[in-house]
Amino acid sequence: MSAIAIRTEGLTKDYRAGFWRRRVRVLQDLTLEVRTGEVFGFLGPNGAGKTTTLKLLTGLIHPTAGSATVLGEPAGSVRVKARIGFLPENPYFYDYLTGAEFLDYCGSLAGIPRAVRRDRVRFVLDQVGLPGQGSLQLRKYSKGMLQRIGLAQALINEPTVIFLDEPMSGLDPIGRKEVRDLILRLREQGRTVFFSTHIIPDVEVVCDRVGIILAGRLAAVGRVEDLLASPLEQTEVTASGLEPEAAAVLAHRSVVPPVRSGDRILVAVKGEEDLALVLRTILQADGRVHSVVPHRRTLEEFFLDRIREGSR
Amino acid sequence: MKTVAVAFNTFREAIRDRILYSLLVFALAMIGGSLVLSTLSVGGEVKIIKDLGLAAIGLVGTLIAVFIGVGLVHKEIERRTLYVIITKPIRRAEFVLGKFLGLAITLAVNVAIMAACLLLLASAMEARLTSELLVPIGMAFLKLMVVTAIAILFSTFSSPTLSAIFTLALVVGGSLAKDLKLFAASFGGPFTQAAVSAVYLVLPNLAALDLGGAVVHGGPIPAAAVGLAAAYGIAYVAALLVGAIWIFQYRDFK
Repeated sequence: MSAIAIRTEGLTKDYRAGFWRRRVRVLQDLTLEVRTGEVFGFLGPNGAGKTTTLKLLTGLIHPTAGSATVLGEPAGSVRVKARIGFLPENPYFYDYLTGAEFLDYCGSLAGIPRAVRRDRVRFVLDQVGLPGQGSLQLRKYSKGMLQRIGLAQALINEPTVIFLDEPMSGLDPIGRKEVRDLILRLREQGRTVFFSTHIIPDVEVVCDRVGIILAGRLAAVGRVEDLLASPLEQTEVTASGLEPEAAAVLAHRSVVPPVRSGDRILVAVKGEEDLALVLRTILQADGRVHSVVPHRRTLEEFFLDRIREGSR
Repeated sequence: MKTVAVAFNTFREAIRDRILYSLLVFALAMIGGSLVLSTLSVGGEVKIIKDLGLAAIGLVGTLIAVFIGVGLVHKEIERRTLYVIITKPIRRAEFVLGKFLGLAITLAVNVAIMAACLLLLASAMEARLTSELLVPIGMAFLKLMVVTAIAILFSTFSSPTLSAIFTLALVVGGSLAKDLKLFAASFGGPFTQAAVSAVYLVLPNLAALDLGGAVVHGGPIPAAAVGLAAAYGIAYVAALLVGAIWIFQYRDFK
């Protein structure tokens, strides 16, 4: 099996919009690799190109330029589609069907023999937390239940690669946790999960790697820890009992204006060298160290920084 | 097999749609109503029943074909139900063919019900099996296949409202194509005649598939003429489906 499950090279998509059919570029030169068995989070604000990327990877739209392969074959080919599952954003299904009828239909399109389908339908309904709900018509399903049936249809063919477009949207906190657990279970089973979201905590909890897309361009890609361990990482140090000279050394090293309260001083330093210097200064001046707090950026801050950079 | 799965689901959707039953009741009422009308004429009762019955099959069948047909593909795109279907291991052509087949089965069932009523009524009136009606009924069904294929072709790229207008315009134009050509031949100049000839070639010649009048008022139609008309209808359906598949194949589902 290829170690790369999904590969895009220079993937670009233009849409025609408006009366004059003007070209609008929604995805620009996306080059990306997702490894087999990893959970890849595709993060970006609304309109950044996440859904467009997913549609290109699942063959719903054709690229303007570049290429995409899934499991070593062109994205969207019938052979690839037999091995993938896809949950679209805010899915809508045939409301005149019952949940089980719909999953049976999906199973028949996936080429699952009739004899196996019934058990398979029951299994996926259990897997997404809808046991015994198969006989209900889809028009009677709540939004959360529809999201689950969407997940169920994406899993009906036991896919190797699963694409999920905003899988947590419309779910309550319990539902979100269940979807997160499901994604982690899929990873344990060795499946590759590519999911898009604009909700950062979801990414931090379940993803091995993250790609950040802004205005149709890939802004960053890497492991969550690597993206957060940036040169901006700071450590906050609180100390007291310092002579003015020692306090001045601390203030000089601080990357933010020091905060003073009584004889306490709070400074923030960057890098291990400055941290060592600050701590040495405090100890040599017979001061007291109250706290040393490494301040990691959250993915949210990273994300917002990138948006700000992009808009400049 | 996947085409059959799509067809079955399309059929299932149609039979769970109330509009179908309303139209069917209307057709059966029309066939039943012909019994009342036939009492107004002396001597030609059965002819009126056959005429009206065949007209009811044609009209209601066309309404079903147009109003279900124009939404068949477009509705799936608009409601985004297509997203989960097209991403299953199915070719886009199989999907379009499945949709066509599904509506064809729906129409076959409806035509069969209407035809059974008409045959029962006409046979009871004539005290013999009016099997000669089977040929025009079969051709009426083929005509409905042409209408369905036109509706699906438009449905692959246009909204249901526009598709319905285009389809109905083609049905009306196709029914009058021959008259249009005769009219141009009698009154038009060379340019008009050439233009009308081009339109005549492109328009579906639906009048050629309409054998009801000839059977009811004339005698049996030669098998060769029926065969030729059927071949024309089948070829036209095939061409329309190829067009629909070609458009659908290259479409982006935004």
